[in-house]
Formats: sequence, C-alpha cells, structure tokens
Amino acid sequence: MLQIRDLTKRFGGVLACDSISLDVPVGELHAIIGPNGAGKSTLIGQLAGEISPEEGRIFFNGRDITRLPTYRRSALGLARSFQITSLFLDFTVLDNVALAVQAHAGHSFRFWRPARDEPALRRPARAALARVGLESRADVICANLSHGEHRQLEIAMALATAPRMLLLDEPMAGMGPDESARMIALLSELKTEQTILLIEHDMDAVFRLADRITVLVDGGVIASGSPDHVRMDPQVRRAYLGERTARRHG
Amino acid sequence: MTVLFTARNIAIGALLAFLALLPVYAAATGQFFPLTLFTRIVILALAATSLNLILGYGGMVSFGHAAYLGVGGYVVGILAKEGVTSGFAQWPAALAVSGIFALAVGALCLRTRGVYFIMITLAFAQMIYYVAVGLDRYGGDDGLTIYRRSQFAGVIDLSGKVQFYYLCLALLLAAIWLVWRLVNSRFGMVIQGARSNDRRMRAIGFPTFRYRLAGFVVAGMMCGLAGALLANHTDFISPASMHWTRSGDLIVMIVLGGMGSLFGPLIGAVTLLMLEEGLSRVTEYWQIIVGPLLLFIVVHAHGGIDGILASLRRG
Amino acid sequence: MRDEVILLVEQCLNGLQFGLLLFLLAAGLTLVFGIMNLVNLAHGSFYMLGAYFAATFAPLTGSFVLGAALALAATLVVGMAVELIAIRKLYGRDHLDHVLGTFGLILFFNELVRLVWGPGGMNLPLPPYLGTSIEIFTDVHYPVYRIAIIAVALVVALLLYLAVMRTRVGMLIRAGASNREMVGALGINIQLLYTLVFGVGAALAGLAGLIQAPILTAQIGMGENILIVALVVIIIGGIGSIRGAFIAAIFVGLVDTVGRAFLPELFRLAMTPAAASALAPALSSMLIYVLMAVVLVLRPQGLFPVDGK
Repeated sequence: MLQIRDLTKRFGGVLACDSISLDVPVGELHAIIGPNGAGKSTLIGQLAGEISPEEGRIFFNGRDITRLPTYRRSALGLARSFQITSLFLDFTVLDNVALAVQAHAGHSFRFWRPARDEPALRRPARAALARVGLESRADVICANLSHGEHRQLEIAMALATAPRMLLLDEPMAGMGPDESARMIALLSELKTEQTILLIEHDMDAVFRLADRITVLVDGGVIASGSPDHVRMDPQVRRAYLGERTARRHG
Repeated sequence: MTVLFTARNIAIGALLAFLALLPVYAAATGQFFPLTLFTRIVILALAATSLNLILGYGGMVSFGHAAYLGVGGYVVGILAKEGVTSGFAQWPAALAVSGIFALAVGALCLRTRGVYFIMITLAFAQMIYYVAVGLDRYGGDDGLTIYRRSQFAGVIDLSGKVQFYYLCLALLLAAIWLVWRLVNSRFGMVIQGARSNDRRMRAIGFPTFRYRLAGFVVAGMMCGLAGALLANHTDFISPASMHWTRSGDLIVMIVLGGMGSLFGPLIGAVTLLMLEEGLSRVTEYWQIIVGPLLLFIVVHAHGGIDGILASLRRG
Repeated sequence: MRDEVILLVEQCLNGLQFGLLLFLLAAGLTLVFGIMNLVNLAHGSFYMLGAYFAATFAPLTGSFVLGAALALAATLVVGMAVELIAIRKLYGRDHLDHVLGTFGLILFFNELVRLVWGPGGMNLPLPPYLGTSIEIFTDVHYPVYRIAIIAVALVVALLLYLAVMRTRVGMLIRAGASNREMVGALGINIQLLYTLVFGVGAALAGLAGLIQAPILTAQIGMGENILIVALVVIIIGGIGSIRGAFIAAIFVGLVDTVGRAFLPELFRLAMTPAAASALAPALSSMLIYVLMAVVLVLRPQGLFPVDGK
C-alpha cells in the first residue's frame, strides 16, 4: 500500500530525515516509534504533502505521490489525523465530520441547498461518529469537547473520508488511562478494516497493536521488524534506555 | 414560538420595518433628506454585505474592497459618457468588469495569507485608485459627472427618489438572502471551513484556493453592483469613492454590526453613517471621536452590535 | 542624446533618494511587524507628525537642523506614548484587529492635526545653504538638499544595520523576530523593548516625513499614500527583513521614479502621442504594483523572507 524510498529532508544544517525507507503492506498496522526529535513529525509531514523532501520517493497504492499536493493525496485515500488537534472549533462535531465527507462527495460548487440538510453528507458523518463512539455528542460545538473527545473526533474525520490508509499521528497524545484504553480498543477494531501507519509514544499501545514496528532515531531507521525483534534489538534498547546520541548534522 | 422573538430578531424586524416605511414618511412630510441619506446607507450596506461574505464568513480580510465600488461606478460613468445610457447594458457590464478584476486580484492575493493578504489587497486597491486618477478623459482626480442615470426603458425611473430607494432596498434584501443561501450551501461550508482551519480543509481533501477565489469574485461582483447604484445616486463618480480609507469604512461597518452575521453589515452601515451624521452636527472634528471609538470596539466589543444583541437573549 | 543621459542620471538619483526615504519608512514598519507581530497602519501618521513638528519647530528656533532634531525627538515621544496607551492593547490579537485599531488611530491623528494646525498644510522653507544646487558633472546641477537626504538616509541605514547586527539590543531584536518566547525567558523587559522599538520606528517615519516636508510640504493625510508604497516595499522585500526592506526600497524607488519619467517616452515610441499621453500617467502609477504582483507570483514570501515565521 505504502512504499517510502530513501526519503531525505534537511532543514538548514539539520538532517531531519536521513534516507528513510519503509514498506507498509495492505492491512498491516505499522508503528513508528522513536525519541523526541527523531524525525517522526517530519516524516508524517512529507507523507501528508505539507513538506517536500529533498530526495526520495513515496508510493501510495502503486502511484508516485511525492510531488502531489495535500488535497490530492486525501482524494487518493490517504487520510491523516493530527498530533496537535486541528479541528473546526466553531463548528459542531457533526459539521466537522460532515465536512470531511463532503470533501469526497464530488465538487462543492453547489450554492443553493443547505449542506446541513443533505442526507448524503449527514448519514456517513453519523456513521463515522458512531464508529468512534461520539454519536451522542454530534450537536456539541467542537470547542466544548474534552481533549479525549477531540482525539476521537480526529479519528472520525479521518474515517469519514473513506480512506484506503490511515496516518495516525500520536492519537493518544495527552490521554488519561481510561481514554487510552478506549482508543486502543478502537484501533484494534480498525486495524482489521484499514491499513494503518501509527506514530505513537505509548509503548503499551504500540506493542499490543502493531504488526511491525520501525524505530527512528535522529532521522534514521535503526531497526524495523516484528515487535519481538524490535524489543530485543540492542540499538533500540540503547536509544531508549539512556545514552543520548548527538544530533547528526548533515 | 418564544425563540422567534429574541432581542436581536425584534431589533432587526424593527429596522426593516423602518426602512420599508421611510419613503411613506418622506412623501407624507415632504422631507426628502432622510430618504437621500438612507439610500446611501442602503447602498453601502449592500457593499458591506458583499464584503461580509468573504471577510465575516470566509475570513479573507480584504482591505481593498471599495475598489469594486469604484469599478462598478466607473463602468456606469464611462459608458454613460460614451453614450451608452441603458441600464440593461451598463449594469451587467459593471458586474462583469468587477468580476474580472476580482478574479485577477484574487488569483494573486489568495496565494498569500494573514497580514500579507491584507497588505496586498490594500496595495492592489490603491493601484486601481491611481489608474482612475490617471484617466484624464474621464475626469481623473476631479471625477466624472453622470448626466443621465441608467435608463431602464420605462420599467423603472431611477431619477424618482422613492423608486430608486426601493430598488436599492430590494437589491440589498436580495443580496442578504443570497448570502444566506450561499453560506449554508456546500460552497459556504468550504468557505467557512477554510476560515476556521484551512490546513485541515486541505488535509481532508478540499482544494480551498478555487473556492475562496469564487467567493472573492462573487463578493466583487456584488460590490460592483453597489458601485453602479452609488454612481446613479450621486450622479457622479470619482477615485475618492475607492480610496482605501473607504475600504476601511466598509470593514468598520462589518465589525461594528457584527462579523459573520447576516444583518450585521446593515446594522453597521446604519450605525456608522448615523453616527457620522449625528457627530458632524455636534463638531466638525467628529472623526477625532470615531477613531478612538473604533479602537475601543476592537478591544472590548468584539462581536459588534449583533453580538451584543445576541447575548441579551442569554442575559 | 546627452540631455537624455543627464535626465537619466538625475532621475536615478531622485529614485535613489525616494528609495532611501521609503527605506526609512519601511524599516520602522518591518521592525514593528517582525518583533511585535503587529501591523501598524498608523505608521503614516508619524510620517505626517514629523513633517508638522519640523515645520513648527524650525521657524520657532530659527534653525532648520535644530527644528528637525526637535521634531525627531517629539515624534519619538509621541510614538512611545501611542504604544503605551493604545498599541499595547492590541498585542496577541489577530491581524484584522490590528488593522482596525490602527485605522482608528489614523482617523484620530488626521483630525488632531487638523484641529491643532488647521486644514491648510504647512511649508518648511530650506535654509540658504541647503537651497542651492551643486555641479556634479560638467553642466549637470543637482540640488544640495537632495544629496543631503541621500547622505542622511544612508547614514541612518548604516546605523540601523550596526545597531541590529552588532549590539545586544539588536541581537534581542533579531532573536525576538524569530523566537519571542526565548527573549521573554531571558528575563529581558519585553514591554520596554516593545515601547522602544515602536518609538524608534515612529521616529524613523518622522524623519522621513520631515525630510520630505521642504519638498512636498506638510499636509493632512500625507502619510497614507506613502504608507501603501512602504507596504509594497516590505511585501517585495519580505516582512521582518531589514535587509530586504533596504534592497526592495531602492528598487521600488528607482522603478517608480525612472518609470514615471521615461514611460511616456517609451510609449510615444510605440503608439500615437494621444494614446501615449492618455495611458502613460495611469500606467506609470501602476508600475510598482505590477512589480509587486510579479514578485508575488515568483516568490510569495518576498525576496528575503525571515525564517521561523
């Protein structure tokens, strides 16, 4: 489904992504872990189309999307959730998800019919909300939701675009134990339906959910494989247990 | 239906009733000055409504919107001078030319965001202003007198004060209704979404640029129509009507009345122009009050009058 | 042909002078925006005040230079006062609020000036030693005053450069432009820094205004028109960049001045005199905006954008 080849990104003198290569086959839940500053956000930025890589290629569903703008990638079925909640705060929860549905329901040069009256938009939106467990909050203004509900809404919006693959950027960021447990349950259900690339810090979740794990440190891949393999890898242990590696300058 | 009779709805209803009945009062008492004043108010409210579509709902702070008032007015003025006095030719031309300008300017400006966008719209409006100043044949800096109002082959006579006023009022109400339909449609959702969080809009798959540009063009055309009306109202058009401080006035009306509310621009236009009328009778230096007042409103009364009225319901 | 060359040289010098004047304005604007993230439309009001103060103090003290110095000081004080009273309330708000708030200030200052000095505008005559011309090439005369303007503006530009690049305060300014939190965390009195920066920006605008006063006279509303040109300069140069402002200002000054002088000529080569004289004035005013449009298409962030915005 997703193939990343030698993706490289520099910011001034700093090498944020160093020739990263990675494959995510259909139906897999692939987790990316690594200490802060390892280049995970930069990687997601390039996958989503907000950052352009210096070198390397990204293939999605067989197609080279390296130079495609963000909105076109979404149209191809690559959906993304944001690490720092990025929602439409002044709209209702249902409006938020309905917008995501609308983006994939043909063009929007329709000037007459109130969009909120369109069942073609509202029904899939409610379905996505039900999927993540937010259907009771449909008419609440987004700004009034709790943090955990925001994270759920992030997922709902990604799902509403009928994606082929989900890019989830730290979906459990800032969640307490109950909320995390719920999210893990949701993700285990989703992984049977979707291909997922998951960036996470929560190791518990990662080792429970992931089919394969890639470890990023200082912009480079230091290990990649099954959870057991990665758990045993000495380099990974070193990276997480202590000795801080100096930032590489390119 | 208690929900219908909110403070805000009552205020708007009263205002609309007042506007509808004003000509009756004028005809009865023979006092036509209020009618002239309110014709101007209604026309500027139309211009402000057009700006509200992109600014209030779309978050595009265009500081050059008055340029379209000028463009619409000049199309009417230039055509009139060249012998084309039929409104059936002039007004569609005004709409078309305003639309083309908006398309050109928007295509350049909408590639930028935030403060860049504000400054660039300002700069382009000033450019159009200077072009008008340079049009010696059409009066240049002194402006162009329009000797004959747009003719509509007997369907309506624009030199009749009452007829003209009702036409302007009808067009304003039609515009407000159009804005209402637009902002609730799919298109409106995209515009509002782009205002709320453009990055997310693109992430979920919207090519927001084309929609915002379309909004920009619609707003420009609506304002061009207001310009055609203004030219007829004053029988005159000059670059001064599109000086960037006029654009500032439009923004003030919107903020004063309440951004992103349907009747906000009308409320703001009425308030601002009545305030100017009233204050200018008290002192010739009334702008000295308007300035700090504006600052005060920006700092303390952010939702404008509409916001205040809406909060009365809760309070 | 020699006359053409003389005219070209003259216009280039005029363009340089105009460009440097624009730089003084643009520097203040871009400093304030870069550090306080604030759009100050009332910047043109300080330009106007500088001119009016100079036109008042010069006859009062009997000396042009002394009057100018006092005007500069007065504008600095007014600038700082405005920051303390009004601008402070706008920090952290969105740009629309800045635009509206400072627009209100413009209205206020225009009326205030009208109240204090009357609607007529004021003249600022030059002292004899500045009112002559000198011969820069054989038979080519150029006004001493304009040369003085170029000199003064270049000195100020140099001082600004040294201040921003070599002093601690300048380092704070550059740091503040790209990392506000860090500067705050250093324990520097941010409030004071802001007041100072705003005041200096106002003084720069006032300097530009008082310099122009002998040529264009002090008038109400004189700030607004040139403010927009200054905005064009910082859009082309890149908001927040002083270097960008300098280069863009010179460029814009030259294009505008030389363009206005020679465009009618060029048009006359290509079309009938009637068409040329009809189109030329309108199109020469458009030149700098066309330039801005071109820059926007090729590099929307400006020629020298400041990183980290």
